Amino acid sequence: MSTIQTQGTEEIHPDILLVNRARAGDVEAFEKLVRQYDRQVFRIAQHITQNREDAEDVVQDAFLKAYEKLNQFQGNSKFYTWLVRIAVNESLMRLRKRRTGRMVSIDEDVETEEGSMPRDLADWGPDPEEQYGQSEMADILRKTIQGLPPGFRVVFVLRDVEGLSTEETAETLGLSIPAVKSRLLRARLQLRERLNRYFRNRNKDGVK
Amino acid sequence: MTCSEFLAQLDDLIDDKVSVRMRTDLEEHLRGCEHCVITLSTTRKTIEIYRKHVIYELPNELRERLQKAILAKCKKC
Repeated sequence: MSTIQTQGTEEIHPDILLVNRARAGDVEAFEKLVRQYDRQVFRIAQHITQNREDAEDVVQDAFLKAYEKLNQFQGNSKFYTWLVRIAVNESLMRLRKRRTGRMVSIDEDVETEEGSMPRDLADWGPDPEEQYGQSEMADILRKTIQGLPPGFRVVFVLRDVEGLSTEETAETLGLSIPAVKSRLLRARLQLRERLNRYFRNRNKDGVK
Repeated sequence: MTCSEFLAQLDDLIDDKVSVRMRTDLEEHLRGCEHCVITLSTTRKTIEIYRKHVIYELPNELRERLQKAILAKCKKC
């Protein structure tokens, strides 16, 4: 991502300049931040809540909360990471509201058999997803990731889909680095195991 | 190296965060273990597929509506 070089070795991220202008009352600067990150916030919210209306509400509430709390943004983390943290909290709150009586936490560590040593292995070939149409593929990916426990799902989405580092994911979710790593490994292996059913089945006659 | 030991390093290998020495050990294990070769390639593919396909798209119309609503509320703050 581009940065602006100052006279010294310090670099100021363009988001920080926009945050500073927004803090001084420039709503157009904040609008640029909204346009830059609204798609990502929507995706993360949809992944966590699994509900379109909730995801829409999270986009609005997360940006509004960020705007109201701009003075609390310290600038020692990225604006995006800070915003994602707000969006994750808002998403979990909505998820809990919908699932009253059912415990929803990203702190709980879920022991599952999936995510341990992979079984039933078959190679997928170079382009396994080409066997499916685009919308069919999107359905498969949605269904597959929806089956993960929320605590694994959110780690996979932040780390592998949205590209946050392990440290940023840990900071965003309030988890330790070893916890993020352990969940990421199990999330990746569980998704692999589940996708294997689709890719292996179609491949079973053609691949060794 | 056992398959379990290989699996414990899988994420670091995928994220390119293993030491040169560890990489050599992992590659040696891979030369004799088709099971782990397939685990590595299909796990890599899993991540690649999820990165490539946007499964929750924000439609433009909805996007504009949300942006307007957010900014209208910000102006009232």
